[in-house]
Formats: sequence, structure tokens, C-alpha cells
Amino acid sequence: MNDTLSKIEKRTAYTLLLPAVFLVFAIVLFPIFANIWISFKEVQLKDIRIPEPRAKKIVKSIPEDKTKLKIVYRLRNSSLIEDINNIKFSDSLPRNIEPVELDSRCEFKSKKIKCDFGNWEAKYRENFEIIIQNINNEVIDKNTIKSQKPKLSGDADNILLTTKFTLKNFKQVFNENEFLDLLLTTFYFTFFGTVGAIIFGMFAAQLVNQKFYGRTFMRSILLFPYVGPVVALAYTWTLLLDPNSGTLNALLVNFGIIDKPINLLGQKYMTLNLLGFDIKLRLALTTVIMFEIWRYFPLAFLFILARLQAVPKDLYEAAEVDGAGPLRKFINITLPQITAILSILFMIRFIWNFNKFEDIFLLTGGASGTRTLPINVYQQGFAVSNIGMGSAVSIVIVMLLIIFMIIYFKLIGKRANEI
Amino acid sequence: MRYKPLVIYLFISSIFLTLIGSIWKIMATLQGLKLTEISFNINFLLALLLSLSLVFIGKRINHLIKILVLPLIFTFVYIAINESAPIWYNVGILLISLFFTNRVKNYNLSYLKEDFVSEKIVFDFLSLFAIVFFAFIILFPFYLMFVTSFKLQAALLYNPLDLSIDFTKNISEQFKSYLVIFKTYDFGRYIYTSSIVSIGTVIITLIFAIPAAYAVARLNFFGKTFLSTSILIIYMFPAIVLVIPLYTVFSQLGLRNSIEGLLIVYTATTLPVAIYMLQGYFKSIPKEIEDAGLMDGQNWFGIIIKIIIPLSLPAIASVALYVFMIAWNEFLFSLMFLDNPKSFTLSRAINHLTGDAETPRQYLMAGSVVVTLPILLIFVYFEKYLVSGLTAGSVKG
Repeated sequence: MNDTLSKIEKRTAYTLLLPAVFLVFAIVLFPIFANIWISFKEVQLKDIRIPEPRAKKIVKSIPEDKTKLKIVYRLRNSSLIEDINNIKFSDSLPRNIEPVELDSRCEFKSKKIKCDFGNWEAKYRENFEIIIQNINNEVIDKNTIKSQKPKLSGDADNILLTTKFTLKNFKQVFNENEFLDLLLTTFYFTFFGTVGAIIFGMFAAQLVNQKFYGRTFMRSILLFPYVGPVVALAYTWTLLLDPNSGTLNALLVNFGIIDKPINLLGQKYMTLNLLGFDIKLRLALTTVIMFEIWRYFPLAFLFILARLQAVPKDLYEAAEVDGAGPLRKFINITLPQITAILSILFMIRFIWNFNKFEDIFLLTGGASGTRTLPINVYQQGFAVSNIGMGSAVSIVIVMLLIIFMIIYFKLIGKRANEI
Repeated sequence: MRYKPLVIYLFISSIFLTLIGSIWKIMATLQGLKLTEISFNINFLLALLLSLSLVFIGKRINHLIKILVLPLIFTFVYIAINESAPIWYNVGILLISLFFTNRVKNYNLSYLKEDFVSEKIVFDFLSLFAIVFFAFIILFPFYLMFVTSFKLQAALLYNPLDLSIDFTKNISEQFKSYLVIFKTYDFGRYIYTSSIVSIGTVIITLIFAIPAAYAVARLNFFGKTFLSTSILIIYMFPAIVLVIPLYTVFSQLGLRNSIEGLLIVYTATTLPVAIYMLQGYFKSIPKEIEDAGLMDGQNWFGIIIKIIIPLSLPAIASVALYVFMIAWNEFLFSLMFLDNPKSFTLSRAINHLTGDAETPRQYLMAGSVVVTLPILLIFVYFEKYLVSGLTAGSVKG
């Protein structure tokens, strides 16, 4: 009895889960493995269309004889690199109409022209003509002929399914002398973006945790940068930072803080003179990090605020009795209470910032020293049109991600449920 | 007499007053006022004098007189030593100093002798300044976006600092950018596509996620723990590593440039977090209620429809709003999958506008307002639900 019940329960569970699990596997898990496959292949963007035989039908009238028509089929292989084998062609004709003479590759049977074109190599083109006539010597309506579309079929290798593999992509990824720079830029961006967002979030949370007039309003607007669409915000920032007519540069010039506008998003380095030392600052990268902090500190704020509100009030009262000032209270009570959430936030945000694509793409497109690994996936795959390379870079990202996740689960995996 | 609190108070409060004054000056400049000097030093000195006199006068004269007279004197001196400015600007200065005086009205020499008073003062002014600072840096880009959409490219290039709205223009002139993006750039269609995609994603995600979350929360089956951990892990894989395989497969299946394609991808990428959020809530529903349902002869379908869903409407609302936000704001997949303007979403359409360097920026900003406004309105209206959705799901983003 119990056995059947648990069997029913299992079956129900699987039925309920199946649709969701199937979809997630197909769209999320399958591509991660497909990346491995593609990364070992030489594939260009233009190769991913399956090669297919195509025919364009043109009907021409013959002036001397109204009962006859000429049909021209412009045949071609759509692929520039792949052959198509075993091509079959068929087109049907209306009643009482038959071809005058036929190519040896074709035959006319039960109102249908059927041809066997054999193999077409890549880039193959041919103009295939037939003349048709009405057997009752009546005028043929051109449109009925035109409306009938020819059918073609053929076998072609799908370049993605062949078993030709190469290590070229990975060699290229690692041998590129920019790879180290790429990795460094990514870590730079990730680390400072994460730490900055957490620090700002902590300040904001500490602020909103106090009572003041307009607190609920403040709480809502603090989340605006995260809730707003990235496209709109990134372009607003581009406008704000524009060297020619951007508000920020205009303000700084107006108040005489700088002499001439700075291209904050288009200049790779800026030399700062600090206490007699010349410091070379990665300007565009710093600006992008600023945007990143601005956009994601609301998340840190939300988490830390939730934690702060759960800190028992009597802790602070007890500290007050013991004669502790605000700074002591913050260091000895608040900080220990939020370290757990801070470390979890750091790990999670680190992983997510590591994969950030949209923000950098929209602000600089990866130019002026802001090319990170995710940007490189896009540039290799779609700008250089080398799909194989793009996949290889994706694999590098996935590998690093797995390392981060192992660290994450080792360090704080068990505590993650406490949030 | 302890000097340390006094010095800290004077320094912090003067810096605060000067900074707020400077922010006011910057905001006035952005309304087209021609001011070119911050003159931080001299204003700092003036603020120092005000702070000093406030603390020394203390309780010696009537509060009301103190609060009213000192700011007036401050404002007159300020007007005298700064560049000439219109009256509304100086009224602003007066209000700021009034606010400041009111804030420190209880500070006097005996107060400064209390324990930890310097720390308290620092915290006080720091949080006051932080309120202004955060409000300014967050709202300013939104303000810029909004104002730019009402301006003309030429005016912007001529004076990038004039961010005032000219209310004397008639309505069709005022909203010209919006008329243009709807008429010439076909934004009506994009709003439609974006809404269909977002609402569709919400509905399909819920249809798939509610049963799955119920199974994870309530039923026992082989591989349950494995499944619930893998939900979280899968969730952490970013869109950028999925893009190339999905692009190739979608190209071959002809799913690019189609709403169906986007719906499939958005649903699949939001499903893990939706299941994760819902199962947590389902677990909190007392099991006895379901047992009662079982007694009445309900099958699992009946239990989900008649018991689970009505009881967890708040959680479902959170998930729905969160998924809506993700789908509405999504950019990467729409960039990769859509290249035919007929099937653009709003985000993709705005990105497409920038492809042409000639596009005047007020159109770009009008488009940005059109995509931002709905999501902000939804957020403000349903803040409670969306915040709980964000807290649960915001490991991603």
C-alpha cells in the first residue's frame, strides 16, 4: 500500500518537473556542452546556415507561339563552402500542359517534372530551361505556372555535425599576447566593481536604517539604477560623459576644475600626479567600473539593509549602557552582524560581475582598454565572425566560473541558505 | 574646555554647509544660470563663521530669533562676496542656511562637552550629506534623460549646461521627440513586442515553475537534492556563454527574429530562479491544508489550483514582477537574435537608433524614457512585491 503511494508520488513529481527540467536542459545546459563541441571546430559565422539547393523560377512568354512558354530555373547551391549531394527537383504543371523536350536528367510523369541533379559543389550555379506547351493548342496562363513553386531537396553536411576537430581555437586564445591583459582587465573590473558596490551599498543601508524624513522615498529611489533598463541608463551615461557636449565635462570646464574636456569613455590611460608620483590610471576602465558600482550598489544595499533590520535592538541598547559611542557600536555590533552577508554578497557579485557583458558593451563596446572576457566572446564570435573562437573563449569563462563556484561552495555554501 | 569636539564640529559642519551650497550652485548652473566660480575657500570661511557664532551664542538668545537672524546675515554676506545671481538662487541659499541652523540649534558649548559628541556630530552630518549625495547621484541621470528628450540637439550642443525645460512651447512642439519616435521610428510596434514578450515570459514561466516548485517543495523522489542544488548552479551560468550555441541552433531552426525564440530563451533563463523562489514559499504553507484537500479527493492538479496558488499569491506576484522586469530589461539575447527591425524589442530598438550617428540624441533619450518609465512606475507601485522578489532573486543581475 505504502509502496504504491510512494510510486504515485514519484510519478507525479516527475510529471510536474518534466516540462521545466526539459526546457532548462535544452536552453541552458545543452549550450554549455555545445560550446565544448564548437570550440574544437573551425566555424565562421557564415558557415552556420545549412547548405540548401535553391531554385528561382522565371516564366517567359514566347512571342511567336502563344501556346508555348519558357520556364527558366536559376539553380544554385546556397553554400559557398559545402557540397550538396543527391539533389532531387520536382515541379508540377497544370492539366493539359506538358514539356516539349526534357533534359536527360529529368522525366515527366503524372503532371510532374522530376529531375535528379546529382551533386552540386559549393557556389554551383546553373540556368535550367524547359519549354512547355498546351496539348490542346490553347493559350497558357502565365500566372498559374508562376504560382507553382518548385521543390528541391538534397543532402549536405552540416558543418556543425561533422567530426573534424582542431585545437586551433584554443591555441589562438592562449597564444594571443593580449590574453593576459584580457584576464587582468576582467579581474580589475570585477574586483573593483564588486568591492565598490558593496561599500556604497553598506553606506546606503546604514543610512536608510536610521529614521529621517523621506526615508521610504529614499529607499525606493535607491533601487532605481538597478530596476531601470540597462540600455537606457548606459546611453544616458554616455551622454552625461560625452567630451564634446556632455554635462559633466561642461560643468568641470565651467568651474575651471579642468582646462579641456576629458574623454572619460574613450581614453585608455590618464596620468595622475599624486604626491610627486605619476600614476597611470586606466581611465575608460575606471569610468566603466563607476557605472557598474552605480548600477549594482542597490543590490548590496537591499541585502545589507535586510540584515541590518534583523539585528536585535537590545544589542545597541546594551552597548549604550556600557558607554559605547556610534563608531564603537558600528565596529563591534553592526560589522560582525553583517560580515556573513558581506562575504556571500562578495562571492555572488564577483561571479556576476565577472560575466557582465551589456554594461561594458553599451558604454565603450570594449574599446579603450575595457575588453573583458565576455566582451571578447562577442567580438570573436560576431565582430570577427569566428564562432569557434568565441566558443573557445566561452569555455575559458565556464572553466573559471566552475573554479569560483567550487571556492564559493567550499567557503560559504552552507551559509548561503541563511540569507 | 575640550577643544577637540569643538574643532571637529566646526570643521565638519562648515564643510557640510559649503558642500551643500556647492551642490545648490551646480544645480542652479544646470538650469542655465551663468555661474563660473565655486569659491570653495571663501564660502568655507563664511560657513565657519556661522558655525562658530551659532555655538557661542548657544542658548543666550531666543531660539526663534537665532534661527531667523543668523541665516539672514549669512545670506547677505554670501550675496556680497559671491557673483551676482538671481533672487531665486539666493532664496535657495537662505533656505539651506535656515535648514542648517535649525539642525544645529541645540549645539552649544555645554553640549560639546558630552561623551562621544564628536563621533555623534560626524555621524549626523555624514548621514545628512549622504542623503543629499545619494539622491543627487541617483536621480541626476534620470533627470538628464528626461530633460534631454524635450530639448533640441542644437540647444544641447550650444549650451550643454542648460537643462531647464522651456514650458512656453506648445504641446506638440514640447513632445516633438516622442511624436517622431512613434511616427518615424515605429516605437508603437516595439512597445507592443516588448509587452508581448515580457507578459508572455511571465505567464509561461509561471505555468512551468509552479508545478515544478510544488514537486521540489512537497514530493519525495529520487534525485531531489541533486535537482535543488543544480537549480542554483545552473542559475549562475551567464547568458554570454549560452549565446553562441543558441545563436547557431536558432539560425538553423529559423527561430531568430521571432518572438517565439525570445520567449523560449527568456523562460528557460528565468525558470531556475522562479522555481527556487516559489519552492521556498510553498514549503512554508502548512501541510495539513493539503492533506485536507487530499481527503476531499483532490488530485495534485486540484491541490495546486485550489490550495497552493490561492495561498501563495504574494510570492507568485513577486516572481511575476521579477520575471517581468528581467524580460523587459533584457538586452543581450535581443541583440543577438533580432536583426530585423520588424521584430525588435524596445531595448534592441534603442540600440539600433545609436547605430546611426546622425540620430539626434533627443530621440534616443525619448526612446530611453519610453523604455524606462513603465518599469519604474511598476516598481514604485508594486515596490513591496518587487523588493521581495529582488532579494530572493538578486544573486543574479
